[in-house]
Amino acid sequence: MNEKNRGQFLSVEDLVVEYTSDGEVVHAVNGVSFHLEKGKTIGLVGETGAGKTTIAKSIMRILQEPPARIAGGSIWLEGTDLLKLTNKEMYEVRGKKVSMIFQDPMTSLNPVHKVGDQIAEVIQIHNNISKKEAEKRAIEMLERVGIPAERYIEYPHQFSGGMKQRVVIAMALACNPELLLADEPTSALDVTIQAEVLAMIKKLRDEFDTAMIMITHDLGIVAQVCDDVAIVYAGEIVEYGSKEDIYLHRMHPYTVGLFGAIPQLDVHVNRLAAIKGLPPDPTALPEGCHFHPRCPFATEECRHGEIPNQEVRPGHFCKCLHPEEGRSL
Amino acid sequence: MIKYTIKRILLMIPVILGVTALIFILLSLVPGDPARLILGNEATVEMVAAKREELGLNDNLIVRLFRYIKDVFLHFDFGTGYYSTTPIASEIIERLPRTMTIAFFGILVTIAIGIPLGVLAAVHQNGIIDRICMLISMVGVAVPEFCVAMILVTIFSSRLGLLPSHGISSWVCYIMPVMATSLASVAGLARNARNSTLEAIRSDYVTTARSKGVKEWKVIVHHVLPNSMIPVINSLAGTFATSMGGTIIIENVFSIPGMGQYIVTAINNRDYNIIQGSVIVLAIIFSIIMLIVDLLYAQIDPRIKAQYLSAGKRRKKVQ
Repeated sequence: MNEKNRGQFLSVEDLVVEYTSDGEVVHAVNGVSFHLEKGKTIGLVGETGAGKTTIAKSIMRILQEPPARIAGGSIWLEGTDLLKLTNKEMYEVRGKKVSMIFQDPMTSLNPVHKVGDQIAEVIQIHNNISKKEAEKRAIEMLERVGIPAERYIEYPHQFSGGMKQRVVIAMALACNPELLLADEPTSALDVTIQAEVLAMIKKLRDEFDTAMIMITHDLGIVAQVCDDVAIVYAGEIVEYGSKEDIYLHRMHPYTVGLFGAIPQLDVHVNRLAAIKGLPPDPTALPEGCHFHPRCPFATEECRHGEIPNQEVRPGHFCKCLHPEEGRSL
Repeated sequence: MIKYTIKRILLMIPVILGVTALIFILLSLVPGDPARLILGNEATVEMVAAKREELGLNDNLIVRLFRYIKDVFLHFDFGTGYYSTTPIASEIIERLPRTMTIAFFGILVTIAIGIPLGVLAAVHQNGIIDRICMLISMVGVAVPEFCVAMILVTIFSSRLGLLPSHGISSWVCYIMPVMATSLASVAGLARNARNSTLEAIRSDYVTTARSKGVKEWKVIVHHVLPNSMIPVINSLAGTFATSMGGTIIIENVFSIPGMGQYIVTAINNRDYNIIQGSVIVLAIIFSIIMLIVDLLYAQIDPRIKAQYLSAGKRRKKVQ
């Protein structure tokens, strides 16, 4: 990508992440690029194992290395390449500039510390204040996510899943971060709680004016909270555009397939349309377009060489040789 | 918590009485007549019968058991050994501190070396430090205690002449016994600590802590260790039991007149009174250590503590 993107708030360029296990290389993220403006939200959508979480963890630089390895690319946040920062400089970024909400609230809180203290910890690290002051602000944060102050001294096992996720959200937003990474924040919760937690994330995001990367496989969530959408398949962004581009003018056969799998209330079907086949083995990705073995429009040229990322409409990119066919579906 | 502690202390009573009854009955069932043992083969049948009467061996087993329990727990009287007139109680009072010194400092050294070794290995998993730590612990597990004791004596007493090879004349005498007892447990504990630390390091809450910007050493100390030490503390009670057992051999190697030596001699002489008394005292000590470990466990893990507290609450509701 070019220089002008470095002036962006967040710009991920050609990110490549690999995992090595038993000598085999797993290609988790293969040249992902996207950018994000201040205060906006991008949705990363894709199947399990597509590399969404790995992208988020790369931005935080909290991948377990080894086995993971960031093999290439750069991540620019307000003009600094996060991948070039020293560990010491990274401590200042994590929790303060960038913070993360994790998928499973059941395991993402430390069972031996009081929930309030876990929030106070991040406040104390990034603000030069006394423990008492940090505790006061942690209580404020708890109340903001709808948890009464007297539950400060309770432990995670005394909270329900939805309440734990609220604590995690309070922790993530405690230092007013500029960028929030939400990694499937509602997947582990039941449906009624999902709506509540999502509404809370949305509300607080707007209050704090935080940019957000929403990782999900739920297109309904994307419709509710995102401005832009990136469809991730086999560690690549196959289609990228505004929410309108993706919802109304989707082009990539994979995106079309994803939308085809959503049940519709007004149409009676016995079976939902599924995308045929399984996601590719990330240790041996298919040559050419990674989606070609499952694609109904695949031709001979899809099987070889690099597939160009075409700008099909202004700001709407699609990594496919036959976007028109996808559209006609 | 106080309520739970009291409850646990009260629970120790049936445990100790149970152990007493068990060891008493078992030793009564062992073939051989103590009266004959004491008097030797030349004694006449009449002499043996008189001795049996004197020892109260003609009474019913249950009557004898209750008499023994009354003597031991109300009067702290274990009787005397068959071949001496010194009360067993005063022998134990004299010997127990020596054994406890070895076991206590042994476990202290074990904790001080074993836990850091295991944690260090886990933090540098598969690195050179990990390999060295695990090599040390493998050697520790493989070499038996008495062997370590012999090697230590050869090096520090025979060759270098730095430490006395036996006796209890000063605190220096305890250095080698403590080293010998702790080596095997260091190895076991280090492996244990490594495994549970590895498990904790990979858990989600550690990733959460890192994502908050917590410094790496603080992540280990503040987030990993409290969690990884829960199973380790639990295993410490077992380690202590092993190292108490280990002192029996160690005391013989270093000629330390402690409990171990007392019991071994008693077993050789088939002096059941001494065996009974010593085993009961050791059982009491184990119960106390188990209690301490359980309380420590609850202190570190709020989930366990909550169980005790809620158990108390439930009872209140019933009343």
